[in-house]
Amino acid sequence: MSLLEVTDLRVDFPTADGVVRAVRGVSFSVEPGRTLGIVGESGSGKTVLTQTLLGLSPGGQVAGKAMFDGVNLLTLNSEDLRRVRGAQISVIFQDPLTSLHPMYRVGWQIAEMVRAHDSSVTKAQAAERAVELLGRVGIPNPSQRSHDYPHQFSGGMRQRAMIAMAISLSPKLIIADEPTTALDATVQAQILDLLIRLQQESGTALIMITHDLGVVADIADDVLVMYAGRAVEKADKQDIFYQPHHPYTKGLLESIPNSSAAAERLRPITGQPPSLINLPSGCKFHPRCTYVMDRCLGEEPALIPVGDSGKHRSACLLPAGALGLSDAAEDLRRRTVGEGRSAAAAQIAEAIAARPEAEGSVIA
Amino acid sequence: MSETGNRDIASAARLEAELWDDDVLVSVENLVKYYPIRGGGIISRTIGQVQAVDGVSLVVRRGQTLGLVGETGCGKSTLARCIAGLFQVTSGRILFEGRDITNLSRRQMQPFRREIQMIFQDPYGSLNPRRRVGSIIGDPFSVHKTASGAQRKRAVQELMERVGLNPEHYNRFPAEFSGGQRQRIGVARALALRPKLIICDEPVSALDVSIQAQVLNLLADLQDDFGLTYLFIAHDLEVVRHVSHSVSVMYLGKIAEQGLKNDVYDSARHPYTAALLSAAPAADPNAAAQRQRILLTGDVPSPVNPPSGCRFHTRCPKAQSLCGEQEPVLEAKAGDPANHLTACHFPVQAGEQLARAAGRDQR
Repeated sequence: MSLLEVTDLRVDFPTADGVVRAVRGVSFSVEPGRTLGIVGESGSGKTVLTQTLLGLSPGGQVAGKAMFDGVNLLTLNSEDLRRVRGAQISVIFQDPLTSLHPMYRVGWQIAEMVRAHDSSVTKAQAAERAVELLGRVGIPNPSQRSHDYPHQFSGGMRQRAMIAMAISLSPKLIIADEPTTALDATVQAQILDLLIRLQQESGTALIMITHDLGVVADIADDVLVMYAGRAVEKADKQDIFYQPHHPYTKGLLESIPNSSAAAERLRPITGQPPSLINLPSGCKFHPRCTYVMDRCLGEEPALIPVGDSGKHRSACLLPAGALGLSDAAEDLRRRTVGEGRSAAAAQIAEAIAARPEAEGSVIA
Repeated sequence: MSETGNRDIASAARLEAELWDDDVLVSVENLVKYYPIRGGGIISRTIGQVQAVDGVSLVVRRGQTLGLVGETGCGKSTLARCIAGLFQVTSGRILFEGRDITNLSRRQMQPFRREIQMIFQDPYGSLNPRRRVGSIIGDPFSVHKTASGAQRKRAVQELMERVGLNPEHYNRFPAEFSGGQRQRIGVARALALRPKLIICDEPVSALDVSIQAQVLNLLADLQDDFGLTYLFIAHDLEVVRHVSHSVSVMYLGKIAEQGLKNDVYDSARHPYTAALLSAAPAADPNAAAQRQRILLTGDVPSPVNPPSGCRFHTRCPKAQSLCGEQEPVLEAKAGDPANHLTACHFPVQAGEQLARAAGRDQR
């Protein structure tokens, strides 16, 4: 049984300018001991998605179901939800400096977390536990450093302290929201290694939210690619990187400079993500898609199985067999597009082809 | 720095003025920049120094891109701002087309500012939110009195067109543009006076990947069209590899290794470069699974009180006692081309395995 099973989650934020449709029907599941990578650009809804599970999206109108260990998280009252947060699901945020209280000692903050969920623990026991946890996440000299304030820690050490706090109650699921984005490459490598090691020791499930496909390639088992509030592709890591189906996933992969093609020109995705208040019709990616067809303008494709692995799903109207970056797959895509395109779609395609570098029109 | 060292540099400079290599646009010689740390109290004395840049020499060739790589606090941005004339340097020299531009006064620097422009990292912080885009991009024309009125407006609109912005949006405010478009505004502003050198300080770090690729392509096109020279600072090694001709790797205020891009990336000699390269996440799961990571222990030491000898020795997997005692010279190691320099006593040999047991299973 899945540890977490999210079904058709929707989150809307009513604002003065209109309804921001941040998450529009996303379903996924997380198995115990596995890592799900959620990838997407700014504004794709990946953070709102996970924060909603924890009741951290105030003002949002939430619909759908999120079964965690037999309990629907979305219907829990705040008191029950608080007992789940930290003890069973814990979060590691991007910026460790703003997530730690600047005026309290690091060790105290971890001890407080322990005591908040178990009042039978004495202060001394909690402090001891904090030191032990700091040691476990690789802080040198933990008994001394637990008396430091957050500003006395470096960025990498603060993130380690956050991880210590996250694992303090042995949660079943850790949600890491861009945990290494603010860190340098060598420190990022240390933190990712630590997360993998801790996960192997305790069998915790992990949701890794990131915009960095390199991090996903490193740490994830399964990947969910989000665009404009929806999952556009879902598969295991190998399929996402080597057999991408959705043109957005393919575009993301081709946008990254890589060493094998260092001299080549990059192939960016034209334009920019749409406004979540005023979404385009049909497939939300069609204004940026080089494979745009007539059908794409009218219907929003469902997330349907593609390929033969059984787990690979994509929300695109291109044939299910058009997988990967091979010439044969490209031929198949081009043929399909050739048949499926008339005036309106052709016009969009021409505009994209004419200005491949342009970022499109102004948002406002 | 020793007396003889100073004399050597002085005589070398004289020689250089006569024999300035026309290929070279900028040459930085032994640049040192310390920030004083002042004590509290009524009379603030200098009680220490942040040794941000400590004896860096490098050469930027005309029409090429020099990539400057390093982690937070290694001094790469300080170095860039010194070259742009935004900071006074503590010692050392900066030569632009053979002319010494070190510590010039504002007035003396003025003509050089046309030649050297900067693009900053944060497209939100580097544009005044209360001014219209047209006037932001047009500022350089007014400051240098090269165009005004209708002529200025036309020049600005041509620039906007060139960097992929809609010229009709001349009267909009920065808040009406997305991050990538704002970075284009920064590029247009830097381009306004047709500079020879553009210093790009992490120009794409704040952007999403698909937008990042658009801006990188734009920068490449502009380099071809206008023969621009870039000093390109970034912490993303793949980005630097993509844009650069040659690369300098900095660690704690010093150059650890420099050379042509492929020499540095394919046969890194400094253990720090090797560690950086192994740490960079690659968007390729098979490569990621096979890679042997060199996990560095600890954090970068403080530049207020840097380690003795080689500054990297406290974290280096190859460190020996010599490394803590004697500072290594930046030189070509045996078997390397003359322009591939490494500051290390025990450089990495071809095929050498530096990886420590990283303690993770192959999954």
